[in-house]
Amino acid sequence: MIKVESLTKRYARTVAVNDISFEVEKGQIVGFLGPNGAGKTTTMRVLTCFLPPTAGTAKIVGFDVLKQPLEVKRRIGYLPETPPLYPEMEVVEYLTFVGKLKGIARADLKQRVEEVAERCAIGEYRYKLISKLSRGYRQRVGLAQAIIHNPDVLILDEPTAGLDPKQIIETRELIKGLAGDHTIILSTHILSEVEQTCQHVIIIDKGKLVATDSVENLTHRLRGSESVAVEIAPRDSALDPVLVRQRLEQVAGVSRVIQKDRRDSRLVFEVESQQGRPVRGELARAVVEAGWNLNELRPVALSLEEIFLALTAAEKADATGGAQ
Amino acid sequence: MRNTWTLYCKELKGYFSSWVGYVVIAFFAVIFGYFFYVATAIFVNSSFQSQMMGRGMPMDMNEWVIRPLMMNVSVIGLFVIPMITMRLFAEEKRSGTIELLMTSPVRDLEIILGKWLAATTFYAVILVISALNLAFVFIYGQPDWKPILVAYLGLLLQGGALLAIGAFISSMTRNQIIAAGGTFAVCLLLWVFEWLSSYETTALARAVSYASVLTHFEPFAKGVLDTRDMIYYLSAIFFGLFLTARSMESLRWRA
Repeated sequence: MIKVESLTKRYARTVAVNDISFEVEKGQIVGFLGPNGAGKTTTMRVLTCFLPPTAGTAKIVGFDVLKQPLEVKRRIGYLPETPPLYPEMEVVEYLTFVGKLKGIARADLKQRVEEVAERCAIGEYRYKLISKLSRGYRQRVGLAQAIIHNPDVLILDEPTAGLDPKQIIETRELIKGLAGDHTIILSTHILSEVEQTCQHVIIIDKGKLVATDSVENLTHRLRGSESVAVEIAPRDSALDPVLVRQRLEQVAGVSRVIQKDRRDSRLVFEVESQQGRPVRGELARAVVEAGWNLNELRPVALSLEEIFLALTAAEKADATGGAQ
Repeated sequence: MRNTWTLYCKELKGYFSSWVGYVVIAFFAVIFGYFFYVATAIFVNSSFQSQMMGRGMPMDMNEWVIRPLMMNVSVIGLFVIPMITMRLFAEEKRSGTIELLMTSPVRDLEIILGKWLAATTFYAVILVISALNLAFVFIYGQPDWKPILVAYLGLLLQGGALLAIGAFISSMTRNQIIAAGGTFAVCLLLWVFEWLSSYETTALARAVSYASVLTHFEPFAKGVLDTRDMIYYLSAIFFGLFLTARSMESLRWRA
């Protein structure tokens, strides 16, 4: 669906995107992840033919962004960071205008406008001036604008930025609902968003590709060991942290025990074990047999935050290693 | 072509859905109304005088009322045009809607033509306001209508040329005030270039004076249709739109 090969975009002095390559399959939702200023928007602008690449190629449904921009533009829907709205227009008027621009046949236009208004839940605001809409509804109109011509590829630049929590959840659901019909790339600097909406993730930092993989694979790959959080409470007498730790370390397969917290008389430990070796059952038995209460036993998943930090840290280590 | 039409309708409607359009029309109507009143008052006065002095021939309305009025419209146009063109591209750049236009399956030229045609149409609407005043001249006298038509053609051509230049200036900035100021400065220069020919006759002075929009409007105001002047205006329109297209292209490569 989308094929990017060694894409580079250079501005006068800075390199915004540096030699990025990735591919996106049909029907996927791909999260484009990176801190602010990583080159997400620039990459998206290249994909939407707003900016030409300095070097490399980008193809959408087999059409090159530089050589066949009109064909590409017909097949993409784009929601920039700030929705491109005309405040002096009514919602329906605006969608009709965009529909015409995107080349929808006159006969189908009215129906399409109704459909997308319904789909983006802006039906009741149909005849309101866009300037009178709240931020969340403007975002929806922006999304409606992007899908009006039923594009193969949807490119959304920070679709949830600046929305309140309820609106964020609604927008995410909306985007998930659009997958399948469309291939979606959405950029964000919020990692939990990718975990919740995307199947695939592309991480960039300072214009360079850091990782591209499925969300699960990435978590799996980076996690050398698995860890479990254990909360233990005393039954009769107070707990001795050192003793408890020693007992936990004796469980077969455990590689490391770290005391994380102490709440009143309860103790919280994080127990790391070798990958692929289930230790939770053993741990539970060890705790109970020692005469303590087991309050909680919970696997700790490596969050994308940690993945991101780990990846960028690895990158930095490589860079300094290379310099030496 | 359909895209040009779509943008043309949107743009033209834009003039009438904000206060700018109405302010410009009102501004023009008041100023032109004043000039019209003064021109007819002087005309009436002097024709009374000439009758009392016993001159039999009635005074020529075209020469005494319409021609100076048309010259006035041409000058008021210089002030009105920056107000018409300032938002064309600057507003889209500021609000980010330019991204919508440039990522839609539309050619740059279609965008530019749609916008320029809408601006020219709006200018034509303003000219119609002035024609409403002239209707009174027809009620109370018998001026020749053919020179008037030629004068209006000239006004439209002059407007089109300056609007094309204004569109170019608007496409270079995201600030409407700068767009309006810049356009006004250029319009003013193109107007005062004409003065140079009044006291100098060197080749340079003649060339500079040739570049003035006013030099080429004078024949139109007299009712003279000269291809040289038409070519001047048409090439100015072409040049302005060409520069706008280049400016939009540079937006892609630079931004």
